[in-house]
Amino acid sequence: MIEEIIIAGFGGQGVLSMGKILAYGGLMQGQEVSWMPSYGPEMRGGTANVTVILSDERISSPILSQFDTAIILNQQSLDKFEKSVKPGGLLLYDPNGITRHPVRTDINIYRIEAAAEAARSGMVKTFNMIVLGAFLKLKPIVKMENMEKGLAKSLPLRHHKLIPANMDAIRKGMELAEPVAVIA
Amino acid sequence: MEQNFDLPEIHTPENLVYTKTKVLTDNVMHYCPGCGHGTTHRLVAEVIDEMGIQGQVIGVAPVGCSVLAYNYFDIDMQEAAHGRAPAVATGIKRVFPDKFVFTYQGDGDLAAIGTGETIHACNRGENITILFINNGIYGMTGGQMAPTTLPGMPTSTSPYGRDVKMMGNPLKITELVAMLPGTYFVTRQAVHTPALVRKAKKAIRMAFENQKLNRGVSFVEIVSNCNSGWKLPPVQAIKWLEENMLPFYPLGDIKVNGEMVSK
Amino acid sequence: MKELRLMKGNEAIAEAAIRAGADAYFGYPITPQSEVIEYLMAEKPHERTGMVVLQAESEVAAINMVYGAAACGKRVMTSSSSPGISLKQEGLSYIAGAELPCLILNVVRGGPGLGTIQPSQSDYFQATKGGGHGDYRLLVLAPASVQEMYDFVKLAFDLAFKYRNPVMILSDGVIGQMMEKVEIGEQYARLTNEQIDELYPWATTGKKTGQDRRIITSLELDPGRQEKHNLKLQAKYKKMQEEEVRYESLNCEDAEYLLVAFGSSARICQKAMDLGRAQGLKIGLLRPITLYPFPSEVLNDLASKVKGILTVEMNAGQMVEDVRLAVCGKVKVEHYGRFGGMIPSPTEVLQALEQKIIGG
Repeated sequence: MIEEIIIAGFGGQGVLSMGKILAYGGLMQGQEVSWMPSYGPEMRGGTANVTVILSDERISSPILSQFDTAIILNQQSLDKFEKSVKPGGLLLYDPNGITRHPVRTDINIYRIEAAAEAARSGMVKTFNMIVLGAFLKLKPIVKMENMEKGLAKSLPLRHHKLIPANMDAIRKGMELAEPVAVIA
Repeated sequence: MEQNFDLPEIHTPENLVYTKTKVLTDNVMHYCPGCGHGTTHRLVAEVIDEMGIQGQVIGVAPVGCSVLAYNYFDIDMQEAAHGRAPAVATGIKRVFPDKFVFTYQGDGDLAAIGTGETIHACNRGENITILFINNGIYGMTGGQMAPTTLPGMPTSTSPYGRDVKMMGNPLKITELVAMLPGTYFVTRQAVHTPALVRKAKKAIRMAFENQKLNRGVSFVEIVSNCNSGWKLPPVQAIKWLEENMLPFYPLGDIKVNGEMVSK
Repeated sequence: MKELRLMKGNEAIAEAAIRAGADAYFGYPITPQSEVIEYLMAEKPHERTGMVVLQAESEVAAINMVYGAAACGKRVMTSSSSPGISLKQEGLSYIAGAELPCLILNVVRGGPGLGTIQPSQSDYFQATKGGGHGDYRLLVLAPASVQEMYDFVKLAFDLAFKYRNPVMILSDGVIGQMMEKVEIGEQYARLTNEQIDELYPWATTGKKTGQDRRIITSLELDPGRQEKHNLKLQAKYKKMQEEEVRYESLNCEDAEYLLVAFGSSARICQKAMDLGRAQGLKIGLLRPITLYPFPSEVLNDLASKVKGILTVEMNAGQMVEDVRLAVCGKVKVEHYGRFGGMIPSPTEVLQALEQKIIGG
């Protein structure tokens, strides 16, 4: 198994931490993982993205131009990465703020109303976990118990009381993933 | 050239009034006759000897006339890059907080190319001793202008005298470091008369003793003469020092026990 | 059970330094490696092992603090990124001249000048050909994973003390910033002052009664003696060439085309190789791990077996010169590079191989 993922959105949306928690989840189930962020001033309010790879074997390039999955959280990232999804791959996006929707017909496209749900529930900070839940519903590559362990590893001890809320958000995201265009 | 100084009828115990400290090696110093470096070396070596710390002291030599200082002190020493002695001493003291660490630097080394290292080591309050020989000129490279060259003073790179409008002002770095919270003892001394030598030795002794207190930098400036660079015979050089250097760089303690000395 | 952590390369280096029994770190912040000193400061190594960590006022001061502490026989390191490493070159030359062991990490970013903060490999020449003034070499290790960032710290200290020579870990923004699984090793004890006195009689630890004083210097004004000192250094570098060459070869046994790359470029090449092999192209990869000493011999051997070699570097063509020297004209050697912070993709590398070597 190898899953090559790009997660992209605005700085502050929790893009990097979503990737880290996913990678830690993979590590908890004994997989090889890599997490390669864009870094620098662009992180501060601009776009942020991270390439996450989970694999049963040694990972070669942590930098990729083609992905099995793109998780997209803003318009710039959709414009940039829609074309980078491998044919037959997955594009998961939050439609909040998106005016030009994806157009490809050779990939599976799903939406997750994570921003709306986070606002509705008042748990704004769990936005990224809702998105992650939708991804794990569509690609159950990390077991829930390992996600919980991954959360415990990624969050500092003082935030461990937030683990249940984060797990709830992941489960919520699993319920909310909706197909937009699914290839046969 | 080997010379025979073996004079048994004079070398008798009852005639012994002064002996070279064992902390100086037998190497013949390369310093010019009349230069203050030799005297200052001797004072530092005597203080180390008298404190009984020969085995606990690590010295740092600079780049400048005293670049070969390590040939003369019979102690473990390191040679630093130009101006970097306070950083090197910081490295030593941080891994050996119980040893005595000193730098021995000239004015170009400490107050020009090494200004950053000097100020920051002083500001951090490194528990070290800094010995600063100020003769207002670059001696080793042949008499060029130093950061401490006096206004109007001729050097090979200010042949018509230091024009402060064009070349900037001399830097009183000793007064400057005294303002920093990390310095504990800051003084300016000289070694061209026996009385001054005795005072300078006391200051150097205090600068080493202070390391036991762990209170910060002890900084001793020695205003000295450079007969070769100043192009003056030794006696005239000392007269010139008294008439020109000392009014600009007045002798005395500037900061003692962490407190500024009121004038 | 082995402890596994997800860590950035920069964090792995810092943790490895504490675990390797390092005595001191002196550094100055610069992107993309500031996590090294941030991690160290957060970990309070003075409480964990007694290790000293100090943020210096400049890169220049930091490397000279390294000089002072290394001359005391201590395990000392600094880290920086390209512009900062340029500033350290004065100190590095003195350290090499005075034969002091220490570790320098360069997390390379694109240049020249202030350049960019994005990853690059454009400091290869600087790292492997000396860097500062005078005839000297660093022993240069090029990690290609976060695990190697961790593992090479202990190795670097061991080699530094074996040769009394500075060792550089030449990394880049990719390896420094990415997170991977790291297997955390054991905690080695810092040497006691008594052990240092016994192991490193050259170290300035305070003159011992009845013994000669120790002098650490790079100055020798007498040309005859300075030449002798230089010959001693050269003999040391020759010994490194004989004993310390390290490389990794992948699929070289049946390879018709060879990729040569180090560090993060080698990771990208590995993917390109996999893509090419899936298309039936017999591609191999040679990854130099020591950039100095360079694995010239194995390259010369491989040159007799393959139809062409492509070096892939995030620079305008630096290691390719050493590959050409090693190969001695036996086979065509071309270079493919991206620079200024651009990172080649595996597909791009495969295309370059097809254009420059296979079709060319």
